[in-house]
Amino acid sequence: MFVLKEEVKDASSVLSVHCHNIKITEVLQDGDELTFIIVSQKLSGTGEYHVDRTYDDFEWLQQHLFSQEDVPGIQGVIFPPLPARPQVNASAKVMKQLGFLGLGEWQPYCRALETFLRQVTAHSILSKNKAMEVFLTSTDPPGRQKIKKNIFNRLSQAVEGMRKEGHKDVDEFFQTKRDHNLVLTGYTKTAAEKFLDVVLTEQKIAVACGHFSASLHLCVEQGDDPEKQAFTRVCVKLSEVFNSMKKSMMSVALNDMGTLGLGLDLESRYQDAEKEMLFRRTCKLVELENARKNAERAKPVKKTAMEEVKNAAETEFEQICEVAKKEIVQLERARVEMLQQALIQWCEKQLLTAKESADVLSQHLQAFKGMAY
Amino acid sequence: MAASSDRNPPPFPATEDPEPGLPDMADGDSDEGEDIFVSNSAPVSVSRGVSQPERVSEEPADLFSEEATSASSAKSNGVQSDDDNDLFAEAQADLSTDKSGSSSQKQLSGPRPASSFSQSPAALQPTSLEQLEEEEAKDSFDVDVAVTNPEKVGDGMNAYMAYKVSTRTSLSMFKCKTFSVRRRFSDFLGLYEKLSVKQSLHGCILPPPPEKSVVGMTKVKVGMDDPSSVEFVERRRAALERYLQRVVAHPLLLQDPDVREFLEREDLPRAVNTQALSGAGFLKMINKASDAVNKMTIKMNESDTWFEDKFQEVENEEQHLRKLHAVVDSLVNHRKELCGNTAIFAKSMAMLGNSEDNTALSRALSQLAEVEDKMEQLHQEQAASDFYIFAELLSDYIRLLGAVRGCFDQRMRAWQRWQEAQSTLQKKREVEAKLLWANKPDKLQQAKEEITEWEARVTQFERDFDRIGMTVRKEVLRFEKEKAKDFKSQIIKYLEAMLQSQQRLIKFWEAFLPEAKAIA
Repeated sequence: MFVLKEEVKDASSVLSVHCHNIKITEVLQDGDELTFIIVSQKLSGTGEYHVDRTYDDFEWLQQHLFSQEDVPGIQGVIFPPLPARPQVNASAKVMKQLGFLGLGEWQPYCRALETFLRQVTAHSILSKNKAMEVFLTSTDPPGRQKIKKNIFNRLSQAVEGMRKEGHKDVDEFFQTKRDHNLVLTGYTKTAAEKFLDVVLTEQKIAVACGHFSASLHLCVEQGDDPEKQAFTRVCVKLSEVFNSMKKSMMSVALNDMGTLGLGLDLESRYQDAEKEMLFRRTCKLVELENARKNAERAKPVKKTAMEEVKNAAETEFEQICEVAKKEIVQLERARVEMLQQALIQWCEKQLLTAKESADVLSQHLQAFKGMAY
Repeated sequence: MAASSDRNPPPFPATEDPEPGLPDMADGDSDEGEDIFVSNSAPVSVSRGVSQPERVSEEPADLFSEEATSASSAKSNGVQSDDDNDLFAEAQADLSTDKSGSSSQKQLSGPRPASSFSQSPAALQPTSLEQLEEEEAKDSFDVDVAVTNPEKVGDGMNAYMAYKVSTRTSLSMFKCKTFSVRRRFSDFLGLYEKLSVKQSLHGCILPPPPEKSVVGMTKVKVGMDDPSSVEFVERRRAALERYLQRVVAHPLLLQDPDVREFLEREDLPRAVNTQALSGAGFLKMINKASDAVNKMTIKMNESDTWFEDKFQEVENEEQHLRKLHAVVDSLVNHRKELCGNTAIFAKSMAMLGNSEDNTALSRALSQLAEVEDKMEQLHQEQAASDFYIFAELLSDYIRLLGAVRGCFDQRMRAWQRWQEAQSTLQKKREVEAKLLWANKPDKLQQAKEEITEWEARVTQFERDFDRIGMTVRKEVLRFEKEKAKDFKSQIIKYLEAMLQSQQRLIKFWEAFLPEAKAIA
C-alpha cells in the first residue's frame, strides 16, 4: 500500500472522511459481476461508512471528475489513473492489459482501487468534487448512467493525437517533460510486462513442485521389507521437501505481485496519466496559436470576437500551465517515494521469505541426514 | 550462459563405492566427502551386526576371493540379505567415512566448469595423492573412476569425442595405482556388449550404458559450439562417469578382465558390435528380449512366488519413475524459462534506471538490475541442480530397472533351457527303450552315450538355473538397498545445493535493502 503525502486540506473541503485510510475490505463475485466493499473513517471520529460499489460506480466517479469544466486549469491536472475494467474469466488480451491487477484473485486489484480512491481524496482540487462524497458515503450506489461526453473522451484524443503530439512547445520545461515522459512511459511499460512474465513463471514452478510432491506418493509401497520401507521413507520425505518448495515459490510470487508488481503497474499508469495531461496542454497550445493567427488575420468585422476568443484561450492556457507545473513537481516527488516504498517492501518481504525458506530447507536436510536405513 | 557452468556429476550411489574422487581435483576439498558419507556408515553396519574394524585390516585380495567363492558356493538358500556381497559393500562404506578423499562430487552450488577435474597443476597432485595414500593405508579396497576432458578428435562426420578415463586404486590386480586412458563412446558400449554375453554374469544387474543420440552427436561433429552442444557433451560425460562408477562398484564386474582392460589398456580395439544398441536404445532392447521370452511356449510354474511378485513390483516402479521423470523435466524447463525471463527483466530495469532523472532512484533501479542478474545465475544453477540430480537420477533408475527386468528374463531363459534339455533327455530315453526292444547293439551304445551326455547337460542346466535364481535374488536385494541409499544421498546433495542458493539469495537481498532505503 502506497501512501502518498497528503495534500494540505482546504478548510472548505466537502469531504467528510479521512483520505489516507480508505480501505477496500472485500471483493464479492456474483457471476461475472464484482462488487467492492469500501470502508472509510468519519472525520468527526464517530464511526465508519461501509458502501458497496461496482466498477460502473468507479467510472461514474471518474467521469464526474473529468467533467469539471468550470474549475480553472482542470485540464492541467494529472488525474489519478483508474485501473482497467476487471473481467471475470477474462480473455488473454484482457489479462495482458490488466497485468498484475488480474492476478492473485483480485487482491492486487483491490489494492490498486484503494490507491485510486486515496489519491483522489487527497488531491486538493479533485477532493472538492461532490461526487467524491457521494461515492464514499451514500448507501445507494450513485447513478449508473453514463454522463454526457466530456473533454476527456479518449477516443477523440486518439484521433487527433497523431497530429498534435509532436507539436513543438514554447516552454523548455514542458518540452523536456514531454520528451522525457515519452521515453519513461515506454521503459516502464516494458519493465512491468517483463516482471509479470517472471511472476507467471514463478507460479508455474510452484505448480510443478506441487505435482512432483504429489507424484512421489505413487512410489510409496506397502510391505515389511526394510529396503522397501527405507525407499518409501525417502519418497515421503522428499514429497514434503517439494511441498515446502512449492509454498516458498508461491510466497515469492505473491511478494513480487504485491510490492514491486503493484509499484511498476501504478508507475506505468501514472506515466500514462501524465502523458494525457501533457497532451491536453499541447492541444490547448495549438488551439491558442490558431486563435492568435485568427485574431491577427481577422477582418475588422470579426476582429473583436476573435480577440475575445484569443484572450480566453490565453487565460485558459496560462491556468493550465500553472496547474500542470505544480502537478508535475508533485508527481515527481510522489512517484519517487512510491517506488522507494515498493522497493523496500519488496526487498524486505523477499528477504523474509528467503530466510524462512532456508530454515525449512535446513530442517529437511537435517531430517534426511538423520534418517536411519 | 550454458548449463555447462555447473557441470558437477551427481555423486555415485553412496555406499557401494567410496567417492570416485580424482587426485587431479584442483579443489582438493575434503570436507564434502565426509558430509556425504557420514550418515551412511554407522547405522548400516550396526544393524547388520558387522564389526567393520576387523574387516579393515584384511587384504583386499583375500576379501575379493572370499567374496567370490561365497557367491558361487551359496546354493540352496538364495535369500541372503546378510551375505558376503553386502558385507563387502558395507565394509567399503564404512571405510569411506575414514577417508576424506578429494571429492569429485562438488555440489551444484557454484559455477564450476567440469574441466576443473583436469585442472591439475602438476604441483597439486603429489599433495593430494600423499594425503590419499595415507588414508588408503587403512582403506584397502577402493577403486575410483572419473570421466573427464571431453575432446573432439578428427573433423566432419568422422569426428568423435574422446574422454579421459582415470582410475585410482589400491587393488593389486591392477598394474598401477593411478592411471588413465582415452576412450570414446563406442568403447563404453562395447564394454557393455562384452559383459552382457558372458554366461558367468547372467543374473547380474548389469548397469546400462548411456543412450546413443544421433542428433546430439551430429551437432557436436559439425562443430557447433552452442550451449546445447556443450550441454549435450557434459550430460554424456556425466552419464559415462556414473556408468563406470556403477560397474566398478559391482564386486563381480570389478573382477572381470574386460573391465580391467577397459580401464587399463592403452589402445583398445575398436568395438564393432554396438549395433545392437544403436537406434533402438537400451530399453527397447530389453523389451524385445522380454517379448521373445514371453512367446516361448513352455510356461514356468513358479514354486516360489518371490520372483513373480518382484517382477511385478519392478514393472510398477518403472512406470512410477517415468511419471516422476516427466514432472521433473517440466520443472527443469520452467526453471530455464525463469532464467530467461529474469535476464530480460534485468535488462528492462537497467534501461529504466538509465533514463531516470532522480539520481538515487536511478542508482537503486540499476542495483536492482544487477540483483536480478545475479538471480538469473542462481536460477541457472537451480535448473542444473534439478536436472543433474533428479532428472538424470530418475532416468538412470528407469534404465536400471530395465536391466533388472533383463536378469529376470535371463532366469526364465535358463529355466527354459533346462526344460528343453529335460525334454530332449526324455526323448533320448524313449529312443533307448525302443532300441532295447529292437535289439540293435551299436545304435544302443550310441544312444546310451547320448543319454549320459544329456543327463550331464540337464544337471548342468539345473545348476545354472539355480545359480541364476540365487544371483538374481541377491542382486535384487543389493539393488534395492543401493537404490534407497543412492536416492538419499542425491537428495542430500540437492538440499545442500538449494540451501546454499537460498543463503546467497539472502545475501543479495541484504545488500540491496540499504540501496532501496537510500532513495529520496
